[in-house]
This record gives sequence, structure tokens and C-alpha cells, in this order.
Amino acid sequence: MKLVKPYGDTLDDGAVQLSFTLPIEWSEAADEAARQLVRKMGFTDVAVAEGRKIAAGFSFFVVYARTPLAIDVSTIAAPSAARGALDMDGVDELIRKRVGRKIRIAGACIGTDAHTVGIDAILNMKGYQGDYGLERYREFEVFNLGAQIAVEALVRFVKARKIDALLVSQVVTQKGSDIANFTALSELLEAESLRDDIVLVAGGPRVTNLLAAELGYDAGFGRGTLPSDVATFIARRIADRVLAA
Amino acid sequence: MELRIDTGAVHKARRLAEAIVEPVAAFITRHTTVAVERSVVRLLGVDGVDGEGVPLPNRVIDALADPGAGAARAIGAAIAETGRGPQEIAQALATGTPLPDAGTTPPAAARAALAPYVARALAAIDARRADRDERSRRLPQGPPPLLYVIVASGDIHADRTAAVAAAEAGAQIIAVIRSTAQSLLDYVPHGVTTEGFGGTYATQANFRLMRAALDEISERLGRYVMLTNYASGLCMPEIATLAALERLDMLLNDSMYGILFRDINMKRTFVDQHFSRLITARAGIIINTGEDNYLTTADAVEQAPAVLASQFINEAFAHRAGLPDAQIGLGDAYEIDPNREDAFLLQIAQAQLARQCFPNAPLKYMPPTKHMTGDIFKGHLVDAMFNLTSVMTGQTIHLCGMLTEAIHTPFVADRALSLANAKYVMGTARHFGDDIAFKPGGTVETRAGVVLREAVELLHRVAERGLMESIAAKAFADVARPPDGGRGFEGVIAKNAAYWNPFEDALRPLAVA
Repeated sequence: MKLVKPYGDTLDDGAVQLSFTLPIEWSEAADEAARQLVRKMGFTDVAVAEGRKIAAGFSFFVVYARTPLAIDVSTIAAPSAARGALDMDGVDELIRKRVGRKIRIAGACIGTDAHTVGIDAILNMKGYQGDYGLERYREFEVFNLGAQIAVEALVRFVKARKIDALLVSQVVTQKGSDIANFTALSELLEAESLRDDIVLVAGGPRVTNLLAAELGYDAGFGRGTLPSDVATFIARRIADRVLAA
Repeated sequence: MELRIDTGAVHKARRLAEAIVEPVAAFITRHTTVAVERSVVRLLGVDGVDGEGVPLPNRVIDALADPGAGAARAIGAAIAETGRGPQEIAQALATGTPLPDAGTTPPAAARAALAPYVARALAAIDARRADRDERSRRLPQGPPPLLYVIVASGDIHADRTAAVAAAEAGAQIIAVIRSTAQSLLDYVPHGVTTEGFGGTYATQANFRLMRAALDEISERLGRYVMLTNYASGLCMPEIATLAALERLDMLLNDSMYGILFRDINMKRTFVDQHFSRLITARAGIIINTGEDNYLTTADAVEQAPAVLASQFINEAFAHRAGLPDAQIGLGDAYEIDPNREDAFLLQIAQAQLARQCFPNAPLKYMPPTKHMTGDIFKGHLVDAMFNLTSVMTGQTIHLCGMLTEAIHTPFVADRALSLANAKYVMGTARHFGDDIAFKPGGTVETRAGVVLREAVELLHRVAERGLMESIAAKAFADVARPPDGGRGFEGVIAKNAAYWNPFEDALRPLAVA
């Protein structure tokens, strides 16, 4: 058991910073309303450091406070899909030795999402932060289908091209559109009996590996993911399947 | 502050861009599209939807017996034959009354029958423009860079609240973001909308509602707040038409963006962008081009010459449609990796180079997005450096960066913090650019020289090969688009000898100087 609290400048002081807007005209009473609201949230030692009008009928606050709560970090696990990533040559070598053929990868932004920045960072040859994209790997054959791809069209593509690994990206999260699209895809793959034949990977700034697991994906990659993280995961997972077969 | 740049190279770039556009313009002249024709129908006063929600302009175009002759001829003939107006004719069509056979009506009779409707449409556009001019004089906007923020709740009513709050916090331009799928719809949705992803639909009713809200706050603040939306995608000219009729002040409108980034057919896009720009020229609407997209999808340092080359091409297309420089908001963005040493110097070089290449254009400067993370504190600092670059180099239309970029569509407080950041930096450094000089042979000057030289080389290659062939061969944004591929190609129509478009005739610009 290891209980921890937020750390300001002293162990267990519980210090947090909050900022939020209230839909009321600013006044001293608005500051007081903000203070009492934060107390109702369960915080103590509430200090409204800044409170001001940002528009007619809207007030903005910066608040410092302390929480009495603590968390037992020894009980918490969130396995990363990106653990122990190999570099490009390492991935290619692993595929040559353990898979023995090229891995076919398709990537797309599904549903109405038009933001390809994430999928492009992973797939495009140039890559991201000096880490080459999957198109540059010798042992991958990559199809980047781009933006706004309907899940039905994507599943047809998977079937027609015998895709081994499918990467789908969602950047827009408004009204749960990302979850709806991810779910629609995994359900359609199940319905078409394709799910077990492919490695299914979700990506996007709000995606976590835990979320992806809940949605029935093999892995999820979020902020700061490098192409080699994804490449390593796909290569190892397919190599494991070859071994098991 | 002025960079010493090779003015001969700037001149050469402009000539090359004109040469690139020339053969495309010849193609444009010989073709129309379903979207251009729907725009004509809308200008003639047709509005509304049928019983199944299909817009009447779409119904009219689908019913044309001879699409190559254009919609105006068919409607003019129908008016001459029936004595009814365009809206009545469209409504009758929707309930099963076919258009009369235009072939039997003498062209002169069709033209005469349509003339009052054409005059009325042009008068409406001119009246909106005069209204804007009057308000802008009475309610002066304040100096550029003009602070531009987006609202994107997905519900037009929530967007209106956010827009008014942003205007009060200092915003001078409000963009209402569209639903992400709208660019691929081959019709314009109808009515007030409260749904969509990443924004809500661009409709005439939404335009009107938002313009009215901003007019009210403009009067209250004593400064005119501009409204912008997106004339891009498959309905580019229709959106331009509706924007002209509802007094939008700016429109996102790029000659190549849809081709490269939305896989819309290039012929469709070239024809559509031309007619949309004829409309915006007449309406006094400032277009904003989309060069920032080259930088968000690929390395920003490598892509700088492509941005400059695209700016010259967009300018040449815009001039062809009669847009004066003052209405050509060429795009650029602050997207170089902030962790790269001297990235700030490279950004200044590019922004100042654009300023000097296009001295009379209201340049549109887009904020950092690609390298923004969940670290809002760092993000706010990067935005401050962007704000400094913008005010130093005299950018005109300044899209304020959000500290929560990459996290969520902006909260009301995010916009207020962003505007406070911009106002502070631009106030404290207002005349900094006037007071400094670049070191001859220094990093900034050298970089600007490289970008200009490489842009000329790129334009040269495109001019030799042809624009359509170059796009097919991955000359821009690292994507290849074939001339007959992509979405909307089936909507490109060759004009025949009977073709007539009274608006094209009325809006036709003078020969390019």
C-alpha cells in the first residue's frame, strides 16, 4: 500500500490548481460562489487567486486548494502498448525472422473525422520527431486511406487486400463520436468474422491503451506515440500469432 | 523592418503562377458544374427543400434535360412559358410538374424573362456590400492583426452565445466551424441546425442567425465584428452565394485544398473555385486560402517553399476571378517544431517573406496546432511567440491559438485567455517591427532567400509539367490526385453551344493586367 496525495511544496499537502468558468456576471459574490463551489467539491483551504469577467454573463476563476483525498498507487496498473519499442531495423529483422513475409497494414481516419495529423504522423514515410513512419519499413506494406472513411468501406478493404493490421484514428471526440466510430468498426469486423485475423489498433490524442481494450481493440496509442512504438507492437503481436498457429 | 529579397525572383514567381493558371483557366471557361448551376438557381431566388428534405436547387439541376446548356436557360424558358417565378417553378417541379422543354423557347425570350431576377440578385449582393461598407465606416474595427477565433460547439445557438462572448473578449472575426463531413456533401443543408461533429452545418439560416447576433454586439461594442465560414468542398460556389446574400465578410476558399486534402476531383474544384471567387469579388468578401494545411500534414520547414508557391497560385486564380489584392487573404501558419533551435527565426523569415511578396494582401496567419500537446502552459507560451511574429511582420488576419488545442474544441475561457494573450503581446510590441532591422546575411534573411528560391524552382517545375499533371505527380503535399479521380467528378459538365450563365456574364472580370 502506498498512499499519495498531490504535492505542492510539502509531502501530503494535497495542493491542486483549478480553473473554470461560471455563467454569471463577475462580482465579489461571484468569487465567493467559486470558493464555496470548490469547497463543495471536497477541497479545503480554498483560495480564489483570480476571478474576473471574461464576457457579459461569464466569469473566470483560478483557484488553489487542498484535497484531503489520497490514492493507493500500489493497486493501479495501466499497461502501455508502447513498452520496450524496437527501432526500425529491429522491427524489420523481427518480422523477417519470425513472420517470414511482409505485414500488410491499412490506416484511416474513420467516420466523419477529417483530422489525419495523427495517422499521417505514424504512417507517412517522414514519420514524427525523427522517428520514421511505417511506410519506410521494408517489411511493412502500408495503405493510408486518409480521412472520412466509412467503416463499411474500410472492412471491405481489409477483406479485399488481406490486411494483417488495421490502424484507425479519431481526433474529434465531440459528443462521443470517437467511441461510436471505434465501436462500429470493431462490431462490423466481428460480424464479418474478420476480427480474429487482424491486429486492430486505435489511435488519437484522447485514446489510451485501457480505453482501447474496453472497446475490443488490441492496443491503443495516445499523445506522444512514435511510429516505432506502433510498429513494434504490430510486429510482436503478429509474430506471437505465427508462433501460436 | 524589410528583408532584402530578390525582387526579380518575386516577379518571376508571379509570372510563373500566371502561366500555370492560364491553361486551367481555359478549361474552366469551357466547363460548369452541378454546384455552379445550383448557385445560379439560388441566385435566381430558389430556396427551400422538398418533402424529403432535398434542397430545391438540387431538384432543379437533377431535372435539367440539357445540363450542358445550364440552368439559367431552362428556368428562363420556364418563366417565359408559364409566367411563374423561379421559386414557384422549383416548387412545382418538386411536386411532379416537369420543366417545360427549353428547346422550343427562343433564347431571347428566355433571357428577357430571366433579366429581372438576375438584376434582383445582383442588387441584393450589392446592397449587402454597401451595408457592410456603411457599418465598417461607422464601427471601425481597430488595427490589424485582426483577432480571429472559432466557435465549434456543434449547435448554432451555443455557437451564438460563444461568438458574442468572444467578441466581448476582443475577437474581431468569428468563424463558425462546420461539421467535419460537410465538405463532402453535394448539397447545402437547410435551416437552423443544432447538430454536427466538430461544428455545425453551414446553412443560409445559420449564416443569418449568426450575422444578426454579431451585428447586435458590433453596435454595442462600437466596432464591426466580422463573420466567416467555409466555401470549400463540393458546394464551394453555393456557400459563396449564400454568404454573399447573408453578408458574411470572409470565406475560407482555396484553389487546391479540396483536391489535396479532401480528395475532391481537381476539375470540379478548379471550376467551382472560379465561380465562387466571381461571387466573392462582387460581394466584397475576403477569401482566406488554406496553405496552413501543407504545414500541418508534413514537415513545416521542408514545406515552406510549397506554401509560398501555393500562395502565388492562389493569387493568380483569384486575380483571374477579378478579386483585388485587398480581398485575397493568403494563408500561412506557425507550425515549425517549437523544440527546434531558432524555430522562431525561421517563422519570422517565412511570415516576413509573405508580407513582402504580397504587400497589399490581407495575409491570414494560422496558429500552432501540430506541436501542441496537453501541456497548456507550454502551449500558451508557443502561442505568445506566434502572436509576436504576427504583429512584428504585419500579418492581417490572425487566428488566435488556443492553449487547449489538441484537447477539446475551445471552452469560453480558452478563447478569452487566448485573446488576452494576443492583446497583451500585440499591444506591448505594437511597433517593434518598425523599430528593428534584419542583419544582412543573417539567419532570417538567408532563410527567406532559400524559401523564395525553392518556391520559384517548384513553380518552374509545375509550369513546365502543367498544374493538373503536377498534382497527379505529387508536386504538392506529397499526395497524388489523378485529373479524373476523386469525389465530385461526375458533377463536372462540359458547356455546349446553348450554354448561358447570366451571372458569369455579369461578374466576368476585366482582362488580367
